[in-house]
Amino acid sequence: MSRYTAATDHDRREMLAAIGVASIEELFDAQIPAAVRLGRELELPAGLPEQDVFEHLRELAGRNTSAEDEISFLGGGMYDHYVPALIDMLMERSEFLTPYTPYQPEVSQGGLQVMFEYQTAISELTGLPVANASVYEGPSALAAAGWLARQANGRARFVISAGCHPHAIETLRTTAHGYGAEVVEVPLRDGVTDPGEWAAAIDAETSAVFFQNPNFLGAVEDAEALAAAAKDSPAVVVGSYDPVALGILRPPGECGVDIAVGEGQPLGNRLDFGGPSFGYFAATEAYLRKMPGRIAGETRDVDGRRGFVLTLQTREQHIRREKATSNICTAQALNALGGVVYLTWLGRRGLVELGELLLQRTAYARERLTALDGVEALHEQPVIREFALRLDAPVERVIARCQDAGVNPGLALPDRGLLVALTERRTRAHIDRLADVLGAAVAEEREAAGTAPPGVAEPAGAAGGGRAA
Amino acid sequence: MTRSNGHHVATDNELHRDPGIEVHAHAPAKVAPGKDDQRTVFEKGAPGRRAFVCPALDVPARDGLLPDRFRRSEPARLPELSEPEIVRHYVNLSKRNFDLDSGFYPLGSCTMKHNPRLHERAAALPGHARLHPFQRPEHAQGALELMWRLERSLGEIAGLPHVSLQPSAGSHGELAGVLLTRAYHEDRGETRTKVLTPEAAHGTNPATVTMAGYDVVKVGTNPDGGVDLDDLREKADESVACLMLTNPNTLGIFDPNIEEIARIVHDVGAILYYDGANLNAVMGWARPGDMGFDIVHFNLHKTFTQPHGGGGPGSGPIAVSDRMEPYLMVPRVVRREDGGFDLVEDAPKSIGRLRGFQGNYGTFVRAYAYIRSLGAEGLKDASTVAVLNANYLLARLREQGVADRLPLAYGKLCMHEFVLSGAPMKRELQIKTLDLAKRLLDFGFHPPTVYFPLIVDEALLVEPTETETRETLDAFAEAIAEILREAESDPDVARTAPHTTPVRRLDEAAAAKKPVLRQSF
Repeated sequence: MSRYTAATDHDRREMLAAIGVASIEELFDAQIPAAVRLGRELELPAGLPEQDVFEHLRELAGRNTSAEDEISFLGGGMYDHYVPALIDMLMERSEFLTPYTPYQPEVSQGGLQVMFEYQTAISELTGLPVANASVYEGPSALAAAGWLARQANGRARFVISAGCHPHAIETLRTTAHGYGAEVVEVPLRDGVTDPGEWAAAIDAETSAVFFQNPNFLGAVEDAEALAAAAKDSPAVVVGSYDPVALGILRPPGECGVDIAVGEGQPLGNRLDFGGPSFGYFAATEAYLRKMPGRIAGETRDVDGRRGFVLTLQTREQHIRREKATSNICTAQALNALGGVVYLTWLGRRGLVELGELLLQRTAYARERLTALDGVEALHEQPVIREFALRLDAPVERVIARCQDAGVNPGLALPDRGLLVALTERRTRAHIDRLADVLGAAVAEEREAAGTAPPGVAEPAGAAGGGRAA
Repeated sequence: MTRSNGHHVATDNELHRDPGIEVHAHAPAKVAPGKDDQRTVFEKGAPGRRAFVCPALDVPARDGLLPDRFRRSEPARLPELSEPEIVRHYVNLSKRNFDLDSGFYPLGSCTMKHNPRLHERAAALPGHARLHPFQRPEHAQGALELMWRLERSLGEIAGLPHVSLQPSAGSHGELAGVLLTRAYHEDRGETRTKVLTPEAAHGTNPATVTMAGYDVVKVGTNPDGGVDLDDLREKADESVACLMLTNPNTLGIFDPNIEEIARIVHDVGAILYYDGANLNAVMGWARPGDMGFDIVHFNLHKTFTQPHGGGGPGSGPIAVSDRMEPYLMVPRVVRREDGGFDLVEDAPKSIGRLRGFQGNYGTFVRAYAYIRSLGAEGLKDASTVAVLNANYLLARLREQGVADRLPLAYGKLCMHEFVLSGAPMKRELQIKTLDLAKRLLDFGFHPPTVYFPLIVDEALLVEPTETETRETLDAFAEAIAEILREAESDPDVARTAPHTTPVRRLDEAAAAKKPVLRQSF
């Protein structure tokens, strides 16, 4: 008997008697053919008391270097924002943590109203009229927009900016291969999507175009121009946006974007080594009935009370089966709750203030770091909270040196690039410390390279997951 | 009161109940804001209120960092509330939810088992919760080891050695599995166009098949509730890429012909895919790999007790056989020769990625904690008691004399869940399965899954799980019997139920006809 089951030996005897079988074995023998029965115990460690499991998990946690343990400038899609205490409290409440999808709306008004409020907040943020109740996460949200476009216009050619998150590009490629769509990648020029190549890539067979704003190198894209280039094609314009940047960036709905998607983690969700978080998905009215995922809508009960239900379910799998708009059903309700509570906590003015603070501190950091010897800007475009550098030294080694000094300077990019991200948790003092540590690490590596035999590059194969490409 | 952004905000002194609602005779006309408050967060607060205090600007202020043409002209119209108002709003909303921690939730096919709080505490440790997904592997050894150990454990439970934890949900795992199937056939130079799914399958199966570029072909059900073998033999040919099967299936029946099914599928060179929605029935008793399956997806949120969160997050890892291994998603977690762990992306035949980063790591911490808590014996016992509880509940319902009105749709015993048909009840008592479900809410129970699987008329799919006590099952059986008795004298009680919930039956048709999907300002 485990601590999560209640059936004592006495219970079991009486229950078997009620069922009319002599033993547990008989219950299973009657149903599972002997030939496919596992004739042994599972080869797994024996169970442990709660306190031992906790200690084991604490020990594993202790062998990770988290944002608690170093001054981290890692970004690239997920960011170490402060998560207010009230979010922890609300996400841990039984009433939000332990129900399932609101199939019975009469006893799910809390969750359904949260979805409705979340949809409203995302709609406000993106400037698009409709949003769903969330999808899995950022990169697969972009791929889901591709599937929508494929169904909407029947075309099979995607044009995607190389400024999109590399994981989003890869996810789109993986899913597009399944239904036979081609993916064309448009390179960057001076840190942003090359406008000439972008326009040239879009044709009458283009199903959707995808860009990210700010892009993966932190640069603000000219969303309006990118969207305008697709105006004469049937292509659905998909923009992937950092939701925190949307506090000060012109909303995609005002730039000609048809579908806005993105990674919701920056909104009140933990890093969690990559998930769970949520993806948001907003669109123009034209695509409402093609959207994936759950959507909450307002209605009335038989007594005339205001209430909320899951709606437009004829898009969904349990009704439409193979003709459903997507296979995404339940997604990330709890994480989306974190998102809408975070936006409420920031409030109308707070989201703008946060954006302005990031803008200023990022500019300061960029100025400090590009002033270092052996460090230059990878591009000069406007940035909001993240920027890219090029080092005159092997980047993996520089990062390792900085981490030894307690500072994680950012994400290694190909060709000695470094992507540096900020949140409101990184103060001027942290930035100054980064400048000192990075400057010293680059200098040491350059010095070492001066004495090393020519042609010695950085070690190959290091840190597959720590590299973006 | 009218806000600066133009929309009306009811003050706390205004009546929060809609007029015209019937309330108790002694209910006051005005009530404290709280449980009955039907305003959204966008209708509360006042301009100038705030919960967030922005850190001070500690760097020299600069102008023109972001050109005006890229700037937002008006702030997004987010709510303006103080922290106490936010807390009260969401805590009061939470009280309008039914949840597993407060009551029985026998939602068939969803495995609503107890969610240990240990898992939440462990996942919240900063070493897990604040670990950045781009942290270099040498600084994420604990996380990678946890993932590696979870992969080995899931592989052992499924009887399939190679695992990818990446998919974010069951449906996402399905997509991974069917894309792997495609990669496998393409690698062999074969073009196959169809995927077989039983008619009782979860709706996500056919939806996934379409997204992976295949045509869905339905396979029939035999009178015992298993796959119709003749139908399968007729439809299985060289154009079939795979068969997706849930075993036990959505009727709660373990298909006794599973070996023959596997032989038929493999004989035409197709892949056998296991939808792990019902894995909670067989842990330690039987393994999909031993039944002949090539690919399995797990639902960590079901079998391995990830809290369901009101509709996510989930997690849908897959386990595969040797021949499917080259196509698994990247990155893969590997154990290096020096005993350390790494992430590798170098896999030329891989289908690629299906999402960002390494998957829903927070769910891995919880699933791993669960497996370590229970161990081999405890996991097997979980399935044992899940099956025992389901059969006991079925027996109790029979004892209560409800079997005439709510007969078991197929078979005599069941695995971890069972399907009743409400067709006789509807005919004889004039209450539908929906009415029974709604009336159960008044008794304090969450109803079972209703109207699924589609092949059973007026279906009720009941899955009690192993973490419920015998006393709870007794009370549930008695509640069903009571509702049927009540309907004999007055069917309207059920037909107009629920009566005691925060709202009563909602007009879903109106919601779909003229959708209101956001707060209007």
